[in-house]
Amino acid sequence: MAKKSNSSELKVSKIKEGTVIDHVDAGMALIVLEMLGITGREGTVATLSMNVVSKKTGRKDIVKIENRFLEYTEINQIALISPNATINEIKNFTVVKKFDVQLPEVIVGFPKCINPRCITNAREPQVQTYYVKSVDPLKIRCKYCNTNMDKNDVVKQLTKYSGITK
Amino acid sequence: MSRKSFLGKSIVSIKDLTREDLDIIFEEADKMEQIIKSNKKPLDGKILAALFMEPSTRTRLSFEAAMHHLGGSVITVSDPKSSSAVKGESLSDTIRTVENYCDIIAIRHPLEGSARLAAEFSRVPILNGGSGAEEHPTQALLDLYTLLKELKTVEGKSIAMVGDLKYGRTIHSLAYILSKYNAVKLYFVSPPSLRIKAEIKNDLKEAGIEFHEVESLSEVIPLVDAIYMTRIQKERFPQEAEYEKVKDAYVLTKELLTFAKGPIPVLHPLPRVNEISYDVDDTKHAVYFKQMYNGVLVRMALLNLILGGEVK
Ligand SMILES: [Zn+2]
Repeated sequence: MAKKSNSSELKVSKIKEGTVIDHVDAGMALIVLEMLGITGREGTVATLSMNVVSKKTGRKDIVKIENRFLEYTEINQIALISPNATINEIKNFTVVKKFDVQLPEVIVGFPKCINPRCITNAREPQVQTYYVKSVDPLKIRCKYCNTNMDKNDVVKQLTKYSGITK
Repeated sequence: MSRKSFLGKSIVSIKDLTREDLDIIFEEADKMEQIIKSNKKPLDGKILAALFMEPSTRTRLSFEAAMHHLGGSVITVSDPKSSSAVKGESLSDTIRTVENYCDIIAIRHPLEGSARLAAEFSRVPILNGGSGAEEHPTQALLDLYTLLKELKTVEGKSIAMVGDLKYGRTIHSLAYILSKYNAVKLYFVSPPSLRIKAEIKNDLKEAGIEFHEVESLSEVIPLVDAIYMTRIQKERFPQEAEYEKVKDAYVLTKELLTFAKGPIPVLHPLPRVNEISYDVDDTKHAVYFKQMYNGVLVRMALLNLILGGEVK
């Protein structure tokens, strides 16, 4: 849903064209970048703010990416690891679209099931399917083998990090 | 819900079945004994494909016997080594081939979720005869059917589940299915290393079923209305020493059963190793062989409901 932004949000989004991902869970900004395939070597202009003070959640990260708009599947992936994130699409220095990420009740095609004995990890044509049991803290359940996965299981697959520690 | 609602339906997980479904299945199973005794052939001309990609002779024989009793015929893959999976064929391709030969497929497969995948690809109904470590719905149904026959009702009853509760899939399925009934109390009896998984416990809590975890079998015997014994499977242990440590810990004997409330039924999914001593076999407690017969009745009921066999 498009919504008029106020001036304080505009300050956050001082890029000409692109996406501002706000209210990213504190400490997850680098993981969000990695999920989106942004390394910097491809020339993307991106700005990160980490652990800044937020009225809503105490601390948050902000990710600003120039000349890049997110696909539906990418937004779902962000929702998996940062359920309170908001996406701001910027065109000509103006927020043209702003919305909260929202995890669908069923996630399809991502991530891989962590159960090595699961049929979705065999050479079969179908895609992974998960029921979202809880958004925060994240709990998803494989439709096929009923294995539960949490945020850490997802983050591990998205990045080279071996997981986040509390 | 009615008998008709089963037409063409796959049975993948007991979690897909409602309490009403269970009542219909068991009512049908009650009628199957008559079919065995009569010469009726409600499934004349129908073909069951038994696709067993993991060895399980008892389950396969039970499905085959059930189909024969109903007048249908059976085609079967019984040697997993000769199966197409070994030659590298995907399960989805195997299903799309076999569905052309039959009216229904009973499948056993080592991977978890395999039956659900099969059902999604198949044009004919799928009966899950065991997929991976968790799901074996026809076993759960025959276990519950046996309890219902022996106890009349399971509501308000206390049931002990003994042995390998961590890896024993029959335990998980039976516990789930019992949670559809009111006021069932479960006693999970196992060594600490083989306790029921936290995930299953959470689900049982959500379902509102009362359970207690205990280590001593003899303590529990006077408290319960039925005992469900399981084998402690050697192949589940990474080290043999660990297996040796626990394998004799839970052996049910005739003497131990003298502390029971009365002639309480003792069930076992079979095969047993030594967890029920032979002296129990000729007591009123032993229902584990009757359980196998009930398995044929329950599988007949499912085949007949799904394939639309008439029952008079
Ligand atoms: Zn899975």
